[in-house]
Amino acid sequence: MGKTTAEKIIADHSEAQELNAGDIVLANVDLLMANDVSGPMAVNTFKEINADRVFDHKKIVLIGDHFVPGKDIKSAEQVKVIRDFAREFKLLYFENEGIEHALLPEKGLVLPGQLIAGADSHTVTYGALGAMAFGIGATDMAAAMLTGWVWLKVPETMRIILKGSLSTWVSGKDIILYVINKIGVDGAVYRAIEFTGEGVDSLSMESRFTMANMTVEAGAKTVFFEVDSRAKNYIAERTSKQYRAYSSDSDAYFCETLEINLEDIDLQVAVPHQPSNGKNVREVAGVALDQVVIGSCTNGWLEDLRIAAGILEGKRVKQNLRLIIIPATRNIYKQALQEGLLNIFIDAGAVISPPTCGPCLGGYMGILAKGEKALATTNRNFVGRMGHKESEVYLAGPAVAAASAIKGSIIHPEEVVN
Amino acid sequence: MIIEGRVWKYGDDVDTDVIIPARFLTTSDPEELKVHCMEDLDYSFSSEVKPGDIIVAGKNFGCGSSREHAPIAIKASGISCIIARSFARIFFRNAVNIGLPVLQVEETVSINKGDLLMVDIARGIIDNKNNGESYRTAPLPQFINDIFQCSGLINYVANQKK
Ligand code: SF4
Repeated sequence: MGKTTAEKIIADHSEAQELNAGDIVLANVDLLMANDVSGPMAVNTFKEINADRVFDHKKIVLIGDHFVPGKDIKSAEQVKVIRDFAREFKLLYFENEGIEHALLPEKGLVLPGQLIAGADSHTVTYGALGAMAFGIGATDMAAAMLTGWVWLKVPETMRIILKGSLSTWVSGKDIILYVINKIGVDGAVYRAIEFTGEGVDSLSMESRFTMANMTVEAGAKTVFFEVDSRAKNYIAERTSKQYRAYSSDSDAYFCETLEINLEDIDLQVAVPHQPSNGKNVREVAGVALDQVVIGSCTNGWLEDLRIAAGILEGKRVKQNLRLIIIPATRNIYKQALQEGLLNIFIDAGAVISPPTCGPCLGGYMGILAKGEKALATTNRNFVGRMGHKESEVYLAGPAVAAASAIKGSIIHPEEVVN
Repeated sequence: MIIEGRVWKYGDDVDTDVIIPARFLTTSDPEELKVHCMEDLDYSFSSEVKPGDIIVAGKNFGCGSSREHAPIAIKASGISCIIARSFARIFFRNAVNIGLPVLQVEETVSINKGDLLMVDIARGIIDNKNNGESYRTAPLPQFINDIFQCSGLINYVANQKK
């Protein structure tokens, strides 16, 4: 019987000749990543066992992005732990350069066929480039920094076949909210998801990153997009490193196959407090908002900023609504500046934050007070995610976010633009 | 290992943001984390939880972020094991890695808050002293049992190094 992408990649990274879903193996990693939340804990654990070397300093990346620039004394000390550790062991280290899941692909550090373990659940994002990437914890990270391996259960694979092409305004965020709504927040637990079908061709890299990013909201262990010419071009613009792209055999076993016609998908909004609460934007139109956030590793890409700027150009944000815009990396920030997008945002009355996770996890730069409602292009709308436990977060893509900021309540963009 | 403890009962999809909200992630000190454990879901938890108590929940326990602060906060609170219909995968591996037993059981609906449970981790048998019922868990894979034997992954790795 044929093999899935996940089975092949894991087999090639372990001592096993052949693997099947359900097997537990030790797999060698090509890249390890941790941030200023997971990293300090990993460093402490690493030091507890008096480890004095890492398995390969060129394969470990530490990133300060959640609470940088230093939010308060405590977080400043956490960031210092990973900064000092990176220096001590000569690891790759980035701070203030961007949010990890946008930054690593941009730096050419993510390649198809790689096995990437990141101490952050949204590590799955790199599946947009055909890497087998998955989230681990801090203890995993500590052990892997020393040994170069992580323990893994080989996942079953579910296939999602995309047909047709996207309607106006609709982007990757709407597709993934639609999918999560269909399969539920545990619809892909312990599974790999493969997105295939002719519908994938029309998706920009940004849309693919957004979709891959949120598969973890359905519990997925990892996700794969096929490495087509668009993905190859994206990589070629950033690195000349060689790689091997994998794909599933046609007779591989898939535990579930779902067909989705992209034409059926309209703009989505996930209402509190689960990412699976996706609804057609027209069903929730009118909900009054106190804050709109455009950013995060989900939708802080240049394409998202362009879409938002297209709607905000020449318009003003509703009085008393806070619009916060956060380019996901320094590079995206700079390009947005050069293209004049930032001027549009400033003229519209937005606040522009340096690249950071900030309000996405209720860290800083836009915390919600009791009873407030926000619409965000982020990935989680759990209770208390963005501030007070009695505040509420609605999730949507950049078009709905920008339009709703102008209107002051949730609205379909066509009603603002025309 | 036999555990005896009282039940704290929760529903489906308990996420890591309610187990330990991100506003407290500026520390990784278990003693600080435990003070805020579960506070957005159940304010009474951190002040009333007793050493040995057991959390019982529905499906997809621990969904959300990869923060190991979540199982650490629970373990530091004195919770001796978590029983759920299913676990989110990163939470499951984090709990295993820090040596906090996590057991998957179908019949969690018939367990109530305050019930007294006797849990035989190695044999995967749970006795409910309140209603006389007994539940079985799926057997743990050998590798995971080995990690529990070493009280966590880092000790397992450290032992191998020697
Ligand atoms: S932007 Fe949000 S989801 Fe992405 S890494 Fe940062 S905190 Fe996590």
